[in-house]
Amino acid sequence: MAYLELKSIKKSFGLTQVVKSFDLAVDKGEFVSFLGPSGCGKTTVLRMIAGFETASSGTIEVDGQEISHLPPAKRKIGMVFQAYALFPNMTVAQNVGFGLKLAGIPAEETRVRVAEMLEMIKLPHLGDRYPYQLSGGQQQRVALARALAVRPKILLLDEPLSALDAKIRVSLREEIRALQREMGITTIFVTHDQEEALSISDRIVVMHEGIADQIGTPFEIYNTPKTKFAASFVGTLNLLEATVVDPGLSRLSIDGHEVTSTSPITAPVGAKCTVALRPEAVVIGPAHSSDRNQMVGTAEEISFLGAVVRVRVRFGDHAVSIDTFNDPNTPPPLRGTHVAVTFRREDLLVLESSGTNPPAGAATARRHEMA
Amino acid sequence: MKKSRFGPWIAVTIGILYFLLPLLATFEFSLKMKRGIYSFEAYRVVLADPHFQASFTYSTVMALLTIVLGILIIVPTVYWVQLRLPHLRPIIEFITLLPLVIPAIVLVFGYLRMYNSSSWLPLTGSAETTNILLLFAYVTLALPYIYRAVDTGMRAIDVRTLTEAAESLGASSWTILIKIVLPNVRVAVLSGAFLTFAIVIGEFTIASLLDRPVFGTYLQLMGANRAYEPSALAIIAFAVTWAAMVLMQVVGRDRRAAKPAH
Ligand SMILES: Nc1ncnc2c1ncn2[C@@H]1O[C@H](COP(=O)(O)OP(=O)(O)OP(=O)(O)O)[C@@H](O)[C@H]1O
Ligand SMILES: [Mg+2]
Repeated sequence: MAYLELKSIKKSFGLTQVVKSFDLAVDKGEFVSFLGPSGCGKTTVLRMIAGFETASSGTIEVDGQEISHLPPAKRKIGMVFQAYALFPNMTVAQNVGFGLKLAGIPAEETRVRVAEMLEMIKLPHLGDRYPYQLSGGQQQRVALARALAVRPKILLLDEPLSALDAKIRVSLREEIRALQREMGITTIFVTHDQEEALSISDRIVVMHEGIADQIGTPFEIYNTPKTKFAASFVGTLNLLEATVVDPGLSRLSIDGHEVTSTSPITAPVGAKCTVALRPEAVVIGPAHSSDRNQMVGTAEEISFLGAVVRVRVRFGDHAVSIDTFNDPNTPPPLRGTHVAVTFRREDLLVLESSGTNPPAGAATARRHEMA
Repeated sequence: MKKSRFGPWIAVTIGILYFLLPLLATFEFSLKMKRGIYSFEAYRVVLADPHFQASFTYSTVMALLTIVLGILIIVPTVYWVQLRLPHLRPIIEFITLLPLVIPAIVLVFGYLRMYNSSSWLPLTGSAETTNILLLFAYVTLALPYIYRAVDTGMRAIDVRTLTEAAESLGASSWTILIKIVLPNVRVAVLSGAFLTFAIVIGEFTIASLLDRPVFGTYLQLMGANRAYEPSALAIIAFAVTWAAMVLMQVVGRDRRAAKPAH
């Protein structure tokens, strides 16, 4: 049975529905990321779990117990904020010990536990400093230690790394993950950075306009996005418009090329649907076997990225980005030449419509890339 | 260019003379109680006067009570307005400005009408209840200063996030107010407190009409009947007020408590 369970959570602010029927089950010790663009409701869902907002409807259960009616102070849920939120009037040690003191833990035990926590976040000597004497990264570690010191049932992190610079972001996210594994604490991590989510999560919830678009492991989310939104938000997928030729055989037509997919197609003949193709799934050169799909187009742009060469090939209305490993013996095609490209049937993903379009920003970025 | 160097100096000098000359003259006069020599005789007489001691103590106690009551009312109010009722801020701000635009004399006449001995709440009936009424009046007078100081102090910290962080660690609202909010607006609260102290020590109108033995009425009484002592008193009153202002500046310089997170 799931440790944290959100059942058809809804939230409206006035007339705008910000969260629309959100369901999620998180296992004990699991690390789940909420990934989605700005304004999709990540923070709102997190704040409902913490108790800072009340859901308009739905239930939240932790360890089989409904907690919706409890005030935040009674939920035993730790929270780490983007702005660190350390208490400026207290030293690092007092900050970390604050929750322990409130819980009535004896002073000596508190001291030992605080020292332990400071050791864990690798700041054992900074107990007497005040928050303003620390760097951003150090402050956020202290905030993490403060949240974990009371051994909460669940740890919530709302974009804890976005105020830090890129290098610290990467090292701190790995530390957070290591600490989370060590303590076995059930964690929800909010981010709008797909690389961050893909690299540290057990599972990712791709959020879009107040719903969970897709929930799955990073592997699933990246390789088999279910919706157009998930596909466009995660990774650098090629999204193409296709026409259904034969739903039974999963045959489609893209810019006049007939191709086959292994995804089931529910749409009727002649209907339009969106398909996705990962750049690394496409190979340049004619097909050697008939079960690979082949398309012929014109090499439009070649970018040499070092280990990887990205080639953009145009077929009528569409352009497809292709990533190939750099091979000194096979130079990439020249600009303007005709090239044949092939890909496996399994790699052509037919996407479900998520009912809504991706946000303007994502769609524009995509169109720009394919133009 | 050269001229503009002197301009400010001249202005400052005139300003200083304007404020300092009367003060110096008063001080000089206060030293002349004994014929022919400068002495602190007037101060000795004043300080030894039991009426002075009584009225000064009374005003000091009043000032301290005003500060305590003012803080107890205003800090939680500002906190809740900031946290839960931000849309009420303009209304609260308007209310806190009223004591600045309504003259004290109007305020006290209002009080006398509302709370006279034949009203439904006869606060002016006895000395004790009149003291309470005076205290309330002083809290009202101090409202703009304490409110503004506390409000500014609280805007400098992210009250909402700090509150939520504390809540998620199991803190009650009361704990948050005492352990988190108050320490972080300590500087602001103190500066409001010193300002209040200075105002209450010198207050005359309300106390006089409510017939309470404050320092201000003692000062007025002496001024009407003596020559040298009032000057000494004026200097003492000035020194007290000035000390309060200096203390306000000193605590205001301690930046440790109010440093934002970034
Ligand atoms: N207290 C509130 N009152 C009204 N609307 C709100 C409130 N809080 C959030 N919203 C709205 O709810 C939507 C979702 O907000 P939320 O903060 O959950 O987004 P988010 O996914 O965390 O975005 P970001 O990545 O920018 O933090 C936004 O459109 C926001 O304007
Ligand atoms: Mg957010």
